Amino acid sequence: MEGFPILTVITLTPLLGALVVLAIPRDKERAIKLFAILLSLIPLVLSIVVWFNYDSQAATLQFAEEYQWIPTLNIKYRLGVDGISVPMVFLTALLTVISLYYSSHVIKVRVKEYFFFFLLLEMGMMGVFTSLDFFLFYVFWEIGLVPMYFLIGVWGGERREYAAIKFFLYTLSGSVLMLIAILAMYFAEGTFDIIEMASRQPFSDNTFLQGLAFWGIFAAFAIKVPLFPFHTWLPDAHVEAPTAGSVILAGVLLKLGCYGFLRILLPIFPQAFQTYAPIVGVLALISIVYGALVSMAQWDLKKLIAYSSVNHMGYVMLGVAAAAYAGGNMAGNPALLDSATIAINGAIMQMFNHGIITGGLFLLVGVIYERAHTRDLKAFGGLANRVPRYYAIMITTCLASLGLPGLAGFVAEFMVFRGAVAIVPLLAVLGVLGVVVTAAFFLWKVIQGMFLGPANEKWAGLADMERYEVLCMVPLIFFMALFGLYPVPILNIMNNTVYNMLHTLSLMIGG
Amino acid sequence: MDWAESLILLSPQLLLLVWALLVLGLDLVVKKAKDGLAYLALAGFAPPLLAAIYLLSQGADASLLSGMVRVDAFSLYFTIIASLAAGLVIMASLEYMKVRTRYRGEFYGLLLLAALAMTLMACSTNLIMIYLSIEFMSLTSYLLVGFFRDDPKSSEGGLKYFLFGAVTSALMLYGMSLMYGATGTTDLTEIASALAGMRATMPPTRFLILPAILLMLAGFSFKMALVPFHQWSPDAYEGAPTPVATLLSVGPKAMGFSILLRVLLTALPLFQFDWVAILMGICLVTMTLGNLTAMRQTNIKRMLAYSSIAQAGYILVGIVSIGPYITISGVHGVLLYLMAYLFTNGGAFIAVIAFSHVTNSDEIDDYKGLVRRAPALAAVMVIFLMSLAGLPPTAGFVGKLLVFGAAVQAGYYYLAIIGVLNSVISVVYYFNIVRQMFFLPPAVEERLALPRFPMAAVVICVVLVMIIGLYPQPLIDLVSRSVTVLAMIP
Repeated sequence: MEGFPILTVITLTPLLGALVVLAIPRDKERAIKLFAILLSLIPLVLSIVVWFNYDSQAATLQFAEEYQWIPTLNIKYRLGVDGISVPMVFLTALLTVISLYYSSHVIKVRVKEYFFFFLLLEMGMMGVFTSLDFFLFYVFWEIGLVPMYFLIGVWGGERREYAAIKFFLYTLSGSVLMLIAILAMYFAEGTFDIIEMASRQPFSDNTFLQGLAFWGIFAAFAIKVPLFPFHTWLPDAHVEAPTAGSVILAGVLLKLGCYGFLRILLPIFPQAFQTYAPIVGVLALISIVYGALVSMAQWDLKKLIAYSSVNHMGYVMLGVAAAAYAGGNMAGNPALLDSATIAINGAIMQMFNHGIITGGLFLLVGVIYERAHTRDLKAFGGLANRVPRYYAIMITTCLASLGLPGLAGFVAEFMVFRGAVAIVPLLAVLGVLGVVVTAAFFLWKVIQGMFLGPANEKWAGLADMERYEVLCMVPLIFFMALFGLYPVPILNIMNNTVYNMLHTLSLMIGG
Repeated sequence: MDWAESLILLSPQLLLLVWALLVLGLDLVVKKAKDGLAYLALAGFAPPLLAAIYLLSQGADASLLSGMVRVDAFSLYFTIIASLAAGLVIMASLEYMKVRTRYRGEFYGLLLLAALAMTLMACSTNLIMIYLSIEFMSLTSYLLVGFFRDDPKSSEGGLKYFLFGAVTSALMLYGMSLMYGATGTTDLTEIASALAGMRATMPPTRFLILPAILLMLAGFSFKMALVPFHQWSPDAYEGAPTPVATLLSVGPKAMGFSILLRVLLTALPLFQFDWVAILMGICLVTMTLGNLTAMRQTNIKRMLAYSSIAQAGYILVGIVSIGPYITISGVHGVLLYLMAYLFTNGGAFIAVIAFSHVTNSDEIDDYKGLVRRAPALAAVMVIFLMSLAGLPPTAGFVGKLLVFGAAVQAGYYYLAIIGVLNSVISVVYYFNIVRQMFFLPPAVEERLALPRFPMAAVVICVVLVMIIGLYPQPLIDLVSRSVTVLAMIP
């Protein structure tokens, strides 16, 4: 493996594929679809290779690549992964393959453009997870915007134009503020290296500038996560996007924000983060409770799941905020450090699980919408006998989402609360409310409303899931069960990285 | 310095002059093969471009014609911009003008003269020469804007441009005469030393300096279409033959910035505090007003006119943020931005030319469903619009990165924040065009038969936009060389 630029290949293969798709004549739709799916298998295979070759004991940045790019500005092409990014790279690759495979069956118009934009999107997401240079990070961060804008705007639902531009403007407003913060850090420290920046602790002598830079970057990531009150783009974008677009939006794009918190904000501004952690924690709590309540109020299945993402991302942010709040106090307090590590581990696991679970839920929404052409929960009822395969898969995914022990969602939420309760007990206790409400609406609205009760004769002819649809769900269900029963593989990958990161930052600001 | 050397140093200007006169002269003789004249004119941009590149590689640095002009890396950089702009515009005009006017010989002759005027603006280092070159530029532009004399919009644009230009150039000349009265010289370097001397003696004439600066800035602002001297530009752009609007948006604007930089940095470094204050106000108003007004436009040429106003505002951010050197300054940003802007805005305008050549329309509504009628054109248009909005990985992003970076470096955080928020606003109207092209169904399905030469120019632009966006290092090196010759603030 030595010398093989595996991360570059993972990141840039989709770009190459997108360009090839552009060259295939538009009427050769089969060829385009086949090519795109096969090509997207390359990053998937390589990301599995990365997973198994990643030395989780060393917990350093691995598979690193570094080339000169713009020497005048000290900008380098730097890639590398650690325990936080390895699961994300795999998640991205997996969901992209599933999305492309699913799309190849349901996308009928403008096929060539669709697959072009989708592959471009994969490159942007992969780039964010693998780049270690602010400039590169920012470039990938923004590159992902444009294809998603097109995916929503061209293949989306009724209000697609509105949703597309809203998504674009929201995310862009956050990212430009981050750009200013990045520039300010660059001019203070003379480097765009993300890892190097963490060891320099920019603006540590100037709390005002530190606060400004913190909130600038915070804006970018909080909008992407999205944290209350920056979440209003999410229901529009998720609901209007085509099915595979929603899968990627919920499955990966939201993780970009969480990943930014862990990769950039927490290591680089631990001091500011510790100061402002109560604010972030309260926003996370509001996201959890408010997200769950608003979700419960929805009668549109897709909207319900969209809002449940706000709730689920709230757990991630609760874990992050708890660890940040522990901050410098962790120095010389191993118990606190352990709790913080558990919280962050839980947060990362929640990121991964939410990707497969909510990604799966959006696929399942797509499945029913393709047939019934409605997502109105009131219109269904008693589907359990009509579509038993769909029922089984949907119920598993819903239970995973609401955090049933034995499925992946539970492990992550448990760890977040276990970590948070030792650091911010009040927030953790109130946050559990969200779990209750989530359980309520999944059981009551989705399962009971759609599948149980008197059968609605209107759906007598409803067809059950096709083979390709089941096939899409198989890997997702597999991971829900695997990481629910035996989360060790994924925890092993991330644990040392998280521990080292928190340990380093606690010494830096607490020692 | 002997005359032969001077001729070589001025070869870009001389070549353009000869070429322009050749085209105009042949126009009298040639009756039939007017197309040949167009190709001849197109060939005309290459010799000055090559000469400028040659001089740059030789490290030319000399003051000529009793200090009237200076040929150095800075002026050669702008000479390159001017020749490229002229070349792209002529390329874009070939088919477009062929079916729209009989007087093509005059048109191309004037275009080449405008290019000559731009190259002169690039190297002027004396107030007299600056005034003359600006007037030369303006006169050719007035004629070019009103070139379709039977089209009322074209005539209106030309007249409006002329009236505005006449007033502002009078103001500028007045400012220059005040400056001359106070310092006793029109040479930029001598003005700087005279002003330094005045600081010691404090003569009463020192009170003339600030009005002089203000009045001169008014004149320059007119060329760069800065608020409040911008009102001519939407009408002129809309009425002018689109190739001319292309030229106006990238050429004279860039040259205006070159003169502004020369004057501010060479002659007025001691008054940095004053001109930064003035320009910062202008800059904030220019980008915000340009963007807000652009949002409401329904004609793509008017939209691009307001967008170029806003873009000039962003570039000004680089000028007001001239801090002490670290590795990169606002001036670097300005120069790089102008080159990026040449290909971005030039490309966008030429795409508009290609579109309106076949459809005879500049209405944004008519871009509906363009991706089905002309996918390649729609695709490159997206890249130009992304670059205008400053999204990576395009040239516009690198330009914005440098100018806003300069603002951050100088500590003007609010300026940088207002700047980037403005670029978010600009996405609304830039991506409205993307929306029209990609999201909406076309009114008519038929494919567009696009003209060849404009499309070739568009391809050149799009390639350069991407190259500058992905690998800006060579351009940064070139810019760094050009910037170092400017006398910097003590």
